[in-house]
Amino acid sequence: MELTADKIKELVVKPENKVYTKTPLLTDKTLSYCPGCGHGVAHRILMELVEEMGLENDTIGIAPVGCSVLAYEFMNVDMQEAAHGRAPALATAIKRLWPNKFVFSYQGDGDLAAIGGNETLHTCNRGENITIIFINNGIYGMTGGQMAPTTIPGMRTSTSPYGRDVQMMGYPLKMTEIVAMLPGTYYVSRQAVYSAKHVRKAKKAIKKAIEAQLEGKGTSFVEIVSNCNSGWKMTPVKANQWLEENMLDYYHLGDIKVDGKLVKEIV
Amino acid sequence: MGELRLMKGNEAFAEAVIRAGADGYFGYPITPQSEVIEYLMAEKPYERTGMVVLQAESELAAINMLYGGAGTGKKVVTSSSSPGISLMMEGISYMAGAELPCVLMNVQRGGPGLGTIQPSQSDYFQATKGGGHGDYRLLVLAPASVQEMSDFVPLAFDLAFKYRNPVMILSDGVIGQMMEKVELFDSIPRWTDEEVIEKNGDWATVGKRPGKERNIITSLDLDPYSMEKHNHDLFAKYQKMEEEEVRWEEINTEDAEYFIVAYGSASRISQKAIELARAEGIKVGLIRPITLYPYPYKVLQEKVEKGAKGFLTVELNMGQMIEDVKLAVKDNSKVEFFGHVGGVIPTPEEVVEALKTKIIGG
Repeated sequence: MELTADKIKELVVKPENKVYTKTPLLTDKTLSYCPGCGHGVAHRILMELVEEMGLENDTIGIAPVGCSVLAYEFMNVDMQEAAHGRAPALATAIKRLWPNKFVFSYQGDGDLAAIGGNETLHTCNRGENITIIFINNGIYGMTGGQMAPTTIPGMRTSTSPYGRDVQMMGYPLKMTEIVAMLPGTYYVSRQAVYSAKHVRKAKKAIKKAIEAQLEGKGTSFVEIVSNCNSGWKMTPVKANQWLEENMLDYYHLGDIKVDGKLVKEIV
Repeated sequence: MGELRLMKGNEAFAEAVIRAGADGYFGYPITPQSEVIEYLMAEKPYERTGMVVLQAESELAAINMLYGGAGTGKKVVTSSSSPGISLMMEGISYMAGAELPCVLMNVQRGGPGLGTIQPSQSDYFQATKGGGHGDYRLLVLAPASVQEMSDFVPLAFDLAFKYRNPVMILSDGVIGQMMEKVELFDSIPRWTDEEVIEKNGDWATVGKRPGKERNIITSLDLDPYSMEKHNHDLFAKYQKMEEEEVRWEEINTEDAEYFIVAYGSASRISQKAIELARAEGIKVGLIRPITLYPYPYKVLQEKVEKGAKGFLTVELNMGQMIEDVKLAVKDNSKVEFFGHVGGVIPTPEEVVEALKTKIIGG
């Protein structure tokens, strides 16, 4: 028997064989992310939760500037595209004008921690009842691998070609720890998506963050430590290893603030 | 007759924002317009009408709050003064690109840079020729009285939603700070959420409506041909504004041989100057553009065709609107400029003198 594509489809694609279906809240557009990048997984778990929690018609999302500038092409809900760094300002107004909607921003590290640092701080400090998903891959991916505020010491990028020298270029910024210190935040967590175990944990954390908003508790903030195999100039597998061995030493995983209380010593 | 009050321009604007049924004001204090947010906070519009008032951390945040709110189809407004408006320019360009309706108040002060807190009209180019990056236009209204600081608010909202475009009310420190009698219009109820969805649900992000396509608010398009088309579509809209929205006022122009062209506070000073000049037998009239974009070019051209002997533009800057007057008049009549800058206010006597030396005798 010749195994043509149609034959494979006929043999394999049967309802009883189905173990997984892509959520309809991800569009059929081909993702613009590099193969192996964590963005795709982060998109998926966020949209799965919106579907599972029945929020499809009550969600307004905000895409940033950076690799996920086109997130609105992939996330199949009402979306706005913000100017660089300003997503939390958009979210502030949207939520105040539509308090019954689920409002989230999805931002990278350059967007959230560098150019949008002020908006991030003040939005969290006002305790805006929104959810911020923060993807930290330690580099500017879209513009071609320049140093980010989150680039770890010694890490090579196109604007720190000899490694980040903290004396000259400053220290990596731990925005998640900073916002956890602000009274306006209710739930703050740092997660990863480089293994199945971590994906499951990250999904649980994002669910908690959404629930916090639905209960009107204040700002919920989930950082996802991710990879950038293109920017880091590694294979996807190597990038994930490097993430585990280097990034997580600096960016410790786990909940930082739960129910408005710090649950971890901030270092 | 509506309720009469003696108010500052800034206060009249703030009261009009509440009465116009605005859903949200987002702003950052700056002299000479901080009375706007002070008045709003004191009035508790969140109790009066349910309107949101928020003091943002910067003008940058404020304009992006407007972007977010406007993107959901609600009526949003901000106010600032020149340096703050400069800071908002990025967001204004994004809103023009994403075709979002909003009302922007600029109570101008002198520049450049931190400049001065005194009145000025030196943001004319910024307001009427773009201001931020990219090819776009704001619809610009220029109030010349405290009454118009109030009346132009509902008008600005109507125009903003009619064209899905930011509308700027270009005022100045004189109009914002001076007190005059104002007749307040009756309150217009805020749209309910259902009304917002009904009116703007086809484009605004109000949450995906069952059975309908989702909405996306963006100014990004990486395909050059589609981006070029978007620019052409925007300019077709601006063309429609030029055909339908030109507004102006004429005072003593029926028999006039000479014309002063002035807007905002400069037009008030010029009105007095015309009285003085007429008392000396000079046949001079005032043309006051109310919309600075679209500009009343045709009105000026008609005066030229009827044999106007000269035009004096009076502005609180180094001569900005004069470029539009010259575009209208071309070489067919004399066009000269008189003004003061840096917060110095021209006197009516100076204007008459300039008319005599630069236009009549010049």
